Amino acid sequence: MNAIVTNNDMTATAPVTEREVLLKVDNVSLSFGGVKAITDISLDIQKGEIRAIIGPNGAGKTSMLNVINGFYHPQEGTITWRGEVRRKMKPYEAATQGIARTFQNVALFKGMTTLDNIMSGRSLKMNKNFFWQMLWRGPAEQEEIEHRRKVEDIIDFLEIQAIRKTPVGRLPYGLQKRVELGRALAMEPELLLLDEPMAGMNLEEKEDMSRFILDVNQEFGTTIALIEHDMGVVMDLSDRVVVLDYGKKIADGPPEEVQASQAVIDAYLGVSH
Amino acid sequence: MFYREAGQFKTSYKADQALFPILQDKVGMAVILAVAFVLIPLTANDFFLTSIMIPFLVFSLAAIGLNVLTGYCGQLSLGTGAFMGVGAYAAYKLTTIFPDVNVVFLVLASGIFSALVGAIFGLPSLRIKGLYLAVTTLAAQFFLEWCFIRIPWLYNYNASGAIEVPTREMFGVIVSGAEATPIARYFVVLSVVVFIAFLVANVLRGRIGRSWMMIRDMDIAAELMGIRPLQTKLMAFAVSSYICGVAGAMMVFFWLNAAEPSSYSINLSFQILFMVILGGLGSLGGAFMGAAFIWILPVFLKFIPGTIGLEVGAETVQHLTFMIVGALIIFFLIVEPHGFARLWQIAKQKLRVWPFPY
Amino acid sequence: MLYDIFIDPFVQMYQMPDFFLQVLWEGFVAGILYALIALGFVLIFKASGVFNFAQGIMVVFAGLTLVGLYENGVPAFVALALTIVVMGILAYGIERVVMRPLVNQPDIILLMATIGLTYFLIGFGEFIFGGEPKRMIAEELWLPTGSTAIEMGERGLIILQHIDIAAAVIAIIMVTALGIFFNKTRIGRALRAVADDHQAALSVGISLNQIWAIVWFAAGLVALATGIMWGARSDVSFALEIVAFKALPVLILGGFTSIPGAIIGGLIIGFGEKIGELYWGGLVGGGIESWLAYIIALIFLLFRPQGLFGEKIIERV
Repeated sequence: MNAIVTNNDMTATAPVTEREVLLKVDNVSLSFGGVKAITDISLDIQKGEIRAIIGPNGAGKTSMLNVINGFYHPQEGTITWRGEVRRKMKPYEAATQGIARTFQNVALFKGMTTLDNIMSGRSLKMNKNFFWQMLWRGPAEQEEIEHRRKVEDIIDFLEIQAIRKTPVGRLPYGLQKRVELGRALAMEPELLLLDEPMAGMNLEEKEDMSRFILDVNQEFGTTIALIEHDMGVVMDLSDRVVVLDYGKKIADGPPEEVQASQAVIDAYLGVSH
Repeated sequence: MFYREAGQFKTSYKADQALFPILQDKVGMAVILAVAFVLIPLTANDFFLTSIMIPFLVFSLAAIGLNVLTGYCGQLSLGTGAFMGVGAYAAYKLTTIFPDVNVVFLVLASGIFSALVGAIFGLPSLRIKGLYLAVTTLAAQFFLEWCFIRIPWLYNYNASGAIEVPTREMFGVIVSGAEATPIARYFVVLSVVVFIAFLVANVLRGRIGRSWMMIRDMDIAAELMGIRPLQTKLMAFAVSSYICGVAGAMMVFFWLNAAEPSSYSINLSFQILFMVILGGLGSLGGAFMGAAFIWILPVFLKFIPGTIGLEVGAETVQHLTFMIVGALIIFFLIVEPHGFARLWQIAKQKLRVWPFPY
Repeated sequence: MLYDIFIDPFVQMYQMPDFFLQVLWEGFVAGILYALIALGFVLIFKASGVFNFAQGIMVVFAGLTLVGLYENGVPAFVALALTIVVMGILAYGIERVVMRPLVNQPDIILLMATIGLTYFLIGFGEFIFGGEPKRMIAEELWLPTGSTAIEMGERGLIILQHIDIAAAVIAIIMVTALGIFFNKTRIGRALRAVADDHQAALSVGISLNQIWAIVWFAAGLVALATGIMWGARSDVSFALEIVAFKALPVLILGGFTSIPGAIIGGLIIGFGEKIGELYWGGLVGGGIESWLAYIIALIFLLFRPQGLFGEKIIERV
């Protein structure tokens, strides 16, 4: 259990079957009006792994993440989080249970500074009430400082010290993505969902981001589920890959296996249906 | 040149998180407070206090209240006037029922009633956003205004339909009612405004203020990070209405002496909204600047024709004031949509890098 | 108490059908006028995403200009033509001075700008024409006056004002014309493109400035029609401005971008308000007309946040 796997090593991708299952999705279907976004998908995420969800555009990847953290409620199927089946959960409850995420189109709080954005990730861990907040001196200030320390650790980890006090709206795209990762990390999540963390980045930025993801996985033991279009990155990073196409699951397994699958090749290269 | 933070190092997070981390700001604030508490009372005449300073402070407080809701939590409200009215009527009833209790305490307590009313009218905000929400606050505005007219109990069955503030003392000094001196009123209003502004500033820089801004900037992301939208918005509604309620109560107790339902009409709501937007959404300093602009400019305009020797009727002056204020609002929106607070920041930034452009 | 709320009003409706029909007619006419004001809002919102707060004051301004010109000796129809020209100049001016520098600003800023515009027009209108109410020159514009009484056998009679009938007809003509303009013409398509995305519309070669001037002019014409009709029923005065707020619940019901929605929303509010006031208002002391419309809209919103004709919003992240 929980053996540290050298994920970044291409050769060490043998599935570790005896890991604890953190999240299990069973036969989930989701539709908007008449449009089926997800059809009967089952998958699981094991503790400590990096799980990739890939597929062509419109395959239902983001919808899948939205289902996992309770933003969409599937019409059919169940989601089991640490052995407990849950139904109709509000997004903030997912957050309290330890699921954090980043977004495809950066969803930072534009009016706030980098520091405040990452501090906002600590919201759930802070509990001093309104009256202490009004007084400030004393408990509220103590709490703020205590969490500021944790946040500064994350800022150091992501090497964004210089933009601490910059409003995030002014930052370039690559840095915004990094701040967003920091904000999710500040929640100290059990499961981290990353929606295209490397979209629109150049090679160097991608390498940086990959390194951060691996470090998070190994240093903090955070389970990660990520959506990514860059196949090279996906194959290098992930322990297991699930492939979606038109809302259906077409392959699931370790990277090499998936890479070799005929269904996946068809989905990406196109084949007459 | 004078405004430079070079050499001011912070060695603790505590120092870095202070309200005014830069020395010059601290000094500036001290000077402003000194002027407000010492210089103005020593030098100002009654007209300046009653017609300019007291209303300015009352409106500033109301603008702070609306700013909490609209500027920090992103919920547009057109019902500010009515929420101020709730505070005024509540304070009036309270002082009727408890004539011996300190009037300032009652004014502060009256805000609780408007907080409750505000929270009730904030309930729809869970499902309704933006302009749609503005309509629900309009419903509050017109419904409450109607209550002020139709429920005679609220104004103690006065034949005039207005509320008239009784004379009340505090530490042996008359602070409310017609006999209160402007200076006593001024001190009460100033103290309350400074006190509340300080508490609000504290709330805004902590967890709760951040959760409001999270809802404002990206409500979906905020929810996915564990912010409960309804609770957070309702708290913003309650806090905002509390502040507006206190401002409304002070408006009648320490400024107007008497008020009728039309004092708290939709026009007041708009006036406060102007102050907030021109001052700068999401800025406490901006609330003061906006209030100064919207209140003091018209007073000032009234005197211009007289001083340059023009004979203009009072009506014409009023029409011209409307035109000028309207035109200036558009002008400032075009020049700097983020309000005076942003202009002020830009000015500080320029000072900081002087003599270089950046 | 329960009897007063749930039974008595309906008994009254049955026993005095003439009164009930009269109330319905009043509601219908009020609804048409609300719908006309709302129509002005919808036009501008559709084309620029701006919630034009100044629509109410534009109604007053148009009415005042028309009457003011007539009072200064201009013949009625010449005054009407001149007023149309004035509304055109106003539309161009607003586009040039207010809208153009504010392209791509957040909605709330644009809303504020129109509130600023409202203040300016109030001051300007009063400065030129004075603040006192004026009589609309309905007869001079060949609008029918007088009334027809329809007898209902034993049951009494209903009185229909001719001007109200004319208002309804004119409203129907305007809505049809605007509907055709929006859906069938090249400019109409451009309008919808601009509403969707300013920058995208610019990039395919649509002239924002031209489109905006056109919509503001169209909204000005609607305002003029509303001003004439409303003015003929009461007076032309700045009190009308408060009526403009009623357009908000109308828009909520009908959706901000739907022309038929504006009409239907207007009628719902018109009927609801009159019936509510006359049959239930007395229970709480009367005068509930001032807020009933908003409460109707509010309750409605809780069940259908996107309005009657709005599309269901799917939130995405």
